[in-house]
Amino acid sequence: MGLAKRIIPCLDVTAGRVVKGVNFVGLRDAGDPIEIARRYDEQGADELTFLDITASSDERDIILHIIEEVANQVFIPLTVGGGVRSVDDVRRLLNAGADKVGINTAAVTNPQLVADAASRFGSQCIVVAIDAKQVSAEGEPLLWHVFTHGGRKDTGLDAVEWAKKMESLGAGEILLTSMDRDGTKIGFNLDLTRAVSDAVSVPVIASGGVGNLDHLVDGVKKGHADAVLAASIFHYGEFTVRQAKEHMARNLIEVRL
Amino acid sequence: MADIAVIDYGMGNLRSVSKALEHVAPQLDIVVSSDPDVIAKAGRVVFPGVGAMPDCMHELESRGLRQAVIEAAKAKPFLGICLGMQALFESSEEGDSAGLGILPGRVLRFPAEAMVDEKGQKLKVPHIGWNEVHQSADHPMWSGIPEAARFYFVHSYYVEAGDPDLVAGFTLYPFAFTAAVARDNIFAVQFHPEKSQATGLTMLANFVMWDGQARSNICGADVCL
Repeated sequence: MGLAKRIIPCLDVTAGRVVKGVNFVGLRDAGDPIEIARRYDEQGADELTFLDITASSDERDIILHIIEEVANQVFIPLTVGGGVRSVDDVRRLLNAGADKVGINTAAVTNPQLVADAASRFGSQCIVVAIDAKQVSAEGEPLLWHVFTHGGRKDTGLDAVEWAKKMESLGAGEILLTSMDRDGTKIGFNLDLTRAVSDAVSVPVIASGGVGNLDHLVDGVKKGHADAVLAASIFHYGEFTVRQAKEHMARNLIEVRL
Repeated sequence: MADIAVIDYGMGNLRSVSKALEHVAPQLDIVVSSDPDVIAKAGRVVFPGVGAMPDCMHELESRGLRQAVIEAAKAKPFLGICLGMQALFESSEEGDSAGLGILPGRVLRFPAEAMVDEKGQKLKVPHIGWNEVHQSADHPMWSGIPEAARFYFVHSYYVEAGDPDLVAGFTLYPFAFTAAVARDNIFAVQFHPEKSQATGLTMLANFVMWDGQARSNICGADVCL
């Protein structure tokens, strides 16, 4: 027995509430972040990820208070992302109690930020989040591009090459979201997940599209993901984290039970 | 005089360590400090850390904390965590830097060519996540923690102890590496007890109670120590 595959519930937070949308739009309230974080911790979540999806910068401090409060009560790793643009943003989140910080759009507009943050705080706390979408037509060789700004802007960058570049700049992990799947409940984009996971030597967290527990199994077995992230299947009480882990264990995936 | 001093040398998230200690010992005075005097007077010392070894050694020097760590490691219950374990040894491959040399041994990077599991699957570095810790020596710090309990790891380098008797616990990835070391009043771990949920909190509670003796206070076959 060795390293367990991780299950990571994801909490999208805005204005102090957990919400969930479909394809990055159409938000639905899911509850209080501190309460939800505690529930997932009790259910055996391996880590928690918080994404601050607040649009306006004057509401950014809300997430800091939430992280402080969660870190006082929940003793598992916490990753926080969303709107991180500077080394100072990273520092503020780490000081509030985050163990890792996710960098997404800013990694594209300013790749040096990934290098600077990794050298200042260590690669282990820098997660580069990649939102990718298939751009190849049917019958063509598979190709995925990196999208930014909540999935609205095609950067033209090849997602697999981008992941390798982020690793070389010091990313300790890749959080890979198949963004045409996000909120759709039809499962991870397994070709994309496997292509990225096989191309890098750092762990890859698969995200986007989980609708049932078999999707989590597929993400690990077929997508070669080191960790799987999901939101809505846990938020609305369809499944507990423990049920997800038991299902993975039944499928011979090593998990922490 | 603080009950527990968490050494602050500017590396990583020390808040999580102090918060977890406060959680298991709300009655104690726990301080995060970079003052050698506070560290010298504290009843127990925690030496945490994440980040890179060369930065760690540089920060210890520039803050005048090198000697404070060495002194604390001589006398009182002392817990090293992650980089705070690696720094106790003689040298590290990371940035080819010297360590504090308190314990014999060196720190090596997981070798790329060895990172394959028994099914031929690539193993990722950093080693991130929950892995099993096998207890290779009796120690009060393991009290109430089952053999092969899972702790949270995040690291790319590991300790190769110069003396096998130092090893108190090991983990497989894919080979056995040092997960915990113990000598006299020193206990140090590669994983993060402060991030290892209930199991990790049990270990921190053990540290708060530990008298700094390496022997286990368990009744053996003949006699209660």
